[in-house]
Amino acid sequence: MKRLIVVWIAIMLVLIGEVFSLQAQERELLGAGATFPYPFYSKAFDFYYQQFGVKVNYQAIGSGGGIRQLINKTVDFGGTDAFMSDEEIQVEGNYILHIPTCLGAVVVTYNLPGQPILKLTPAVLVDIFMGRIKRWNDPEIAACNPDLSLPDMNIMVVHRSDGSGTTYVFSDYLSKVSVEWSEKIGRGKSLNWPAGLGAKGNPGVAGLVKQIPGAFGYVELTYALQNKMPVALIQNAAGNFIQPSIESVSHAADIELPEHTRVSITDTHAEYGYPISSFTWIIFYKEQNYGQRKREKAEELVKLLWWLVHEGQQFTKPLDYAPLSERAIEKAEKIIKSVTYNGEPVLQ
Amino acid sequence: MTKNRILVRILKDRIFLGFVLFFSLASIIPLFLIVFYIIKSGISAVNWQFLTHLPRPVGEAGGGISNAIVGTAILILISCLISVPLGIFAGIYLSENREGKLSYFTRLCVEILQGTPSIVIGIIAYLWIVVPMKTFSAFSGGVALGIMMLPLIVRTTEETLKLVPNTLKEASLALGVPYHQTILKVILPAGLSGILTGVLVSIARIAGETAPLLFTAFGSPFMNFNIFKPINALPLLIFNYATSPYSEWHTLAWGASFILVVFVLILNVIAKLVARKWKVQF
Amino acid sequence: MLKDKSGLLRVWGKFERSEFFFRKLLFFTALCMVILVVAIFLSLLLNSFPSLKKMGIGFVFGKTWDPVFNQFGALPFLIGTLLTSFLALLISIPFSLSISLFLGEYFTKGIFSSILKSAIELLAGIPSVIYGFWALFVLVPLVRTIQVKLGILPYGVGIFTASLVLAIMIIPYSAAIGREVIQLVPSDLKEAAFSLGATRFEVIRRIVLPYARSGIMAGILLALGRALGETMAVTMVIGNTNVIPRDIFSPANTMASVIANEFTEATGEIYLSALVEIGLLLFVVTTIINIIGRQIVKKMTIEV
Repeated sequence: MKRLIVVWIAIMLVLIGEVFSLQAQERELLGAGATFPYPFYSKAFDFYYQQFGVKVNYQAIGSGGGIRQLINKTVDFGGTDAFMSDEEIQVEGNYILHIPTCLGAVVVTYNLPGQPILKLTPAVLVDIFMGRIKRWNDPEIAACNPDLSLPDMNIMVVHRSDGSGTTYVFSDYLSKVSVEWSEKIGRGKSLNWPAGLGAKGNPGVAGLVKQIPGAFGYVELTYALQNKMPVALIQNAAGNFIQPSIESVSHAADIELPEHTRVSITDTHAEYGYPISSFTWIIFYKEQNYGQRKREKAEELVKLLWWLVHEGQQFTKPLDYAPLSERAIEKAEKIIKSVTYNGEPVLQ
Repeated sequence: MTKNRILVRILKDRIFLGFVLFFSLASIIPLFLIVFYIIKSGISAVNWQFLTHLPRPVGEAGGGISNAIVGTAILILISCLISVPLGIFAGIYLSENREGKLSYFTRLCVEILQGTPSIVIGIIAYLWIVVPMKTFSAFSGGVALGIMMLPLIVRTTEETLKLVPNTLKEASLALGVPYHQTILKVILPAGLSGILTGVLVSIARIAGETAPLLFTAFGSPFMNFNIFKPINALPLLIFNYATSPYSEWHTLAWGASFILVVFVLILNVIAKLVARKWKVQF
Repeated sequence: MLKDKSGLLRVWGKFERSEFFFRKLLFFTALCMVILVVAIFLSLLLNSFPSLKKMGIGFVFGKTWDPVFNQFGALPFLIGTLLTSFLALLISIPFSLSISLFLGEYFTKGIFSSILKSAIELLAGIPSVIYGFWALFVLVPLVRTIQVKLGILPYGVGIFTASLVLAIMIIPYSAAIGREVIQLVPSDLKEAAFSLGATRFEVIRRIVLPYARSGIMAGILLALGRALGETMAVTMVIGNTNVIPRDIFSPANTMASVIANEFTEATGEIYLSALVEIGLLLFVVTTIINIIGRQIVKKMTIEV
């Protein structure tokens, strides 16, 4: 019996002792949030680990999750495509800063025989997602696509079931182009959807659309491309039907950014800009001495963020994300330099 | 006349037997389907690289589930460390005190705990450990799983010890052995097989639990031995990969399912063997 | 070594002291169980306060789950949970009853009995997430083809699929209890009937089943309790839609699956506490059902 107690204590000590013996615990960062940029972060952070030996554990639980966990201070940084409001960024005397990391597009993808390339106007989009257009061969859709013959199938709408920045961007766009949508449903990370099926994360929506014939959903561009799914051309404010791509997204992002970088670029007025583009941000606290955070942790975070907006940008284009413009990087640099520990800037 | 009536009754009897046989055998068809499907899809994924490598970023081929296997092992270790001593002692109390207010309420609470949905336990572990500690961790996952193991361990301990005849205890006490040594060195070893079976079966049960880990262990693409940091686990990996659209990840998930099912199966078989071979007959 | 009934010791020798402490240790661990359950209940209650205050009892009947406008109603999930659980129960009853009879009456020993018993145990041992995974890849396409044939929206996921996989998962639970109570039927009752010329079927119908009826009900109740709280397999195939389902082929959400989906990201105090309140509801409902079920089983085993 005594032996058992000794064994029990020994195991406990080993388990807990590892916490102290591994100095490497400081060289680990925890992040959570948007699935929108997850393929980019996943690749970039893997490279960062190979290069610098710092483990960056990013869990794609949705933008809502990223914001929540950062507010709870259970993660070092969050990822979100839905930027926070002026009230939201003030947390317990501290500020939550946003830096953009890349640009992406929320695309509309679908599952139809032959994988035709559809052209859609904002009005048709609204009608489909409100459940008013129920079948693929509806005249409204045919009007935008005169040279396609669409089958008489049900449209199976797929949306996000979790708190999603992608949903925010999409509903932000729909709210801008439709007064009815902005009044009835509004913009948000989780909506009271009038129609359709819910799936978790961008991967979940892509998965469902891929499997259900007649399905229609919105995902970030990379997810549609990676799964070889067709993507619709959306008519922008200038009247052109735009294909989502690195170029069209960059056109939409070609604007003057505010200092805090929190801006929506949907419904762009750029002539060849894709209307449902968005920045995605990483969020973190301005004053890094909260909880029991050590200075080394703050330094690691700042180093990671600096790398991400400079060398890290090389991973955007291969995955069909648009890299940050020079102006955006400038703004991000300023913000990273303003991160403090006990009032002193962390980055030298 | 009577012969006809008897024939009808015999016919009804045979038909009923047919129904019972049909439905009974039909119930195990899903079992074969599932096991067959897991083996078919999973075994092709299992190779040395699968077992020893870390997962690759999304979209890349290759990679393995080594961190999930280690993670599950660590979680099981933590939950056992918490629940086994606590559960066994509570079970001893119940078998030593059959009547009494506390016994009544303890048994009631153990029943309530057994029926509590695992997601509720996940909420509790999040509120009690993740939020105060300000981080997701293997520790919180282990606590959640430990709470789920408790009822089974308490009940099996109590049942097993109840079967040990009182005469053994009386004899030991009469010989002057102190009470705590009587329990720990005489009674407990006598019931060891049953208790061990209970522990093994509980482990088999929680090894596959996902819900409590969703907001406690959190998951990680790296190997992790630090119990106060997030950790990956087999069921988490299966859930995340299964609901993704990438077929490489699906294959990995099938492989992981295969490993998990084999593990659970082996535990159950060992539990049965222990129950039979180590049983002390009175 | 004198000890009186209350456990308090009068002679403070070395043995007595160790016994005292040991008994106190045992007492303490048993107390821990009670404290644990009470603490769980209180935690859930306390963390539901913001939501309880704002929406009151209307929460249970509210139809809208709208995080944007902070309107939360649990009715869609209550209905989703009840529909899937009861449907699963209905589907599973013939199967579990047959297994109980098979193992309890027809083949109580022997090779067939062992095979079926092992198979059922294995069925109970497969983790929930693997059931969900299998259902996602096998049941969902199957249901989709049925839906296409019937001419309804081919979601594939939805209440029906979730009930199917739930039914498979709960069969072992009611089967096990059913078997126990059927075996408890006194053999002299059955022998008497047989000696009067009754067939197997008639004995089962008129003696065994009525006698074991409450026990079988208890087994079904316990299976229901299990179905109500089942999370993973259901989350993966129910369609994750926060509206009241229109029919059994609609996608929906259950109390457990909405928590699983939205808990880590509930921004806003009311949102999070609404989810905790759902957890509280779930806890209370499953507790009540489980207790009733076990009380009945206990009464049955004592009566004999």
